[in-house]
Amino acid sequence: MSDKLPGWRDIPIGGMILEAGNSAKYETGTWRSSRPIWDADKCINCLQCWIYCPDSSILVKDEKMVGIDYFHCKGCGLCASVCPDKVQAITMEIEET
Amino acid sequence: MKRVVAYTGNEVVSEAMRQIEPDVVAAYPITPATEVVQTFSGFVNDGIIKTEMMTVESEHSAMSACVGASAAGGRAMTVTAANGLALMWEILYCASGNRLPIAMTVVNRAMSAPINIHCDHSDTMGARDSGWIQIYSENAQEAYDNIVMSLPIAEAKDVLLPIMVCFDGFIISHSIERVELLEDKQVKDFVGEYKPQYPLLDLDHPKTLGPLDLQDYYIEHKRQQHEAMKFVPDAVLASAKRFEALTGRKYGLLESYKLDDAEVAIVVLNSAAGTTRSVVDMMREKGLKAGLLKIRMFRPFPAELIADKLGHCKAIAVLDRCDSFGAQGGPVAHEVRSAICNLSKVPKVIQFVYGLGGRDLNIDDIEEVFGELKKVAETGKVEKAFDYITVRS
Repeated sequence: MSDKLPGWRDIPIGGMILEAGNSAKYETGTWRSSRPIWDADKCINCLQCWIYCPDSSILVKDEKMVGIDYFHCKGCGLCASVCPDKVQAITMEIEET
Repeated sequence: MKRVVAYTGNEVVSEAMRQIEPDVVAAYPITPATEVVQTFSGFVNDGIIKTEMMTVESEHSAMSACVGASAAGGRAMTVTAANGLALMWEILYCASGNRLPIAMTVVNRAMSAPINIHCDHSDTMGARDSGWIQIYSENAQEAYDNIVMSLPIAEAKDVLLPIMVCFDGFIISHSIERVELLEDKQVKDFVGEYKPQYPLLDLDHPKTLGPLDLQDYYIEHKRQQHEAMKFVPDAVLASAKRFEALTGRKYGLLESYKLDDAEVAIVVLNSAAGTTRSVVDMMREKGLKAGLLKIRMFRPFPAELIADKLGHCKAIAVLDRCDSFGAQGGPVAHEVRSAICNLSKVPKVIQFVYGLGGRDLNIDDIEEVFGELKKVAETGKVEKAFDYITVRS
């Protein structure tokens, strides 16, 4: 992690963030201990996962789920828990390191 | 034109603040600094100045309001003492960590308990690691001058750190002295119009201040604060140089008196330096090569300069108006020892805690210290490295 981050001379002082909306650039995917696995064949596109995901990590195109943003997904598992019992299109797996 | 007045230390502070006319003053009164807030709020109430005076419910709120005002892009000032400073504690670190150049006067007073309203340096010495610049003042004139000089230091482009100007409670805050004041316009021109570098109210450049800063960035930001402190001595000297051109009064990072050929020397801050200077003269008359080192800028600590000034002495006594209980001397003594410890020939150091809770430091007390120093210088031996003086046994 520390190898690719900028040094103290190259960042704004005081922890200031000078660019609005730059949290999109911050990788929180490394926090994950378990990973949601999406099965497109089982998915009914109810988009409950998209509604509940606290990190906007459910990727949707034309009102259809297209994947998971693993750069931001912290692996909380909410998506798997709101995926309807009869569907189970999202399951959680232990994150491989 | 020079304006000479007979003012108390507190009156000159409120006068300096009136002349500076910051955007915001948020303060809560506490002895011995109450008079500053009282007088200053009178200036605001009478419409003499346009400063927004925030009468808050505590010192924690006073410093919080200053942080908010400074972050927004305003010039913010406040005043406090002792327990008031202690109540600001958490926010002192927010001010420095967020790199907000707030200017605060601290009228040095003992910390409770037992409750005591008189002078010692336990308050500001406790805040020495909070990331604030600390400037100490011997008398009312220096307090006035330091406050005027403080803003260009804190607001310097490479610095952007909050600054404390300290002077002794009651001894200076409530004593009337002859003080030379500048004209209002001179002060206004000296401090200039404040141009904040990262104002939150600059809506064309939205930004976030004070976000969560974890293991991957926090230490980089602390390293920046360490770096900013390195620019402070130059900023202090630059401010002093401009001030000298205006007033003829010369300031450095420290002041040495008869130190160049001194064999023994006392290191001290604030008003005790005045008494010590007189005793140095008395010792010189008696044939002892005595000197004085008064530290003006304690944070950042001018270690190399101090080593340079004291290195030739045989014995040094450091007088602390503050104890670090359980340690081998007060904070100033520790810093001075650290500053000289790598010299090829290290002077002997003895350290004393004096004057807690406003106990007077008299001429005979300082004579005794010089007596001890003489013994140490002659024998090269330190019998007792640390002791209290001005205390009943």
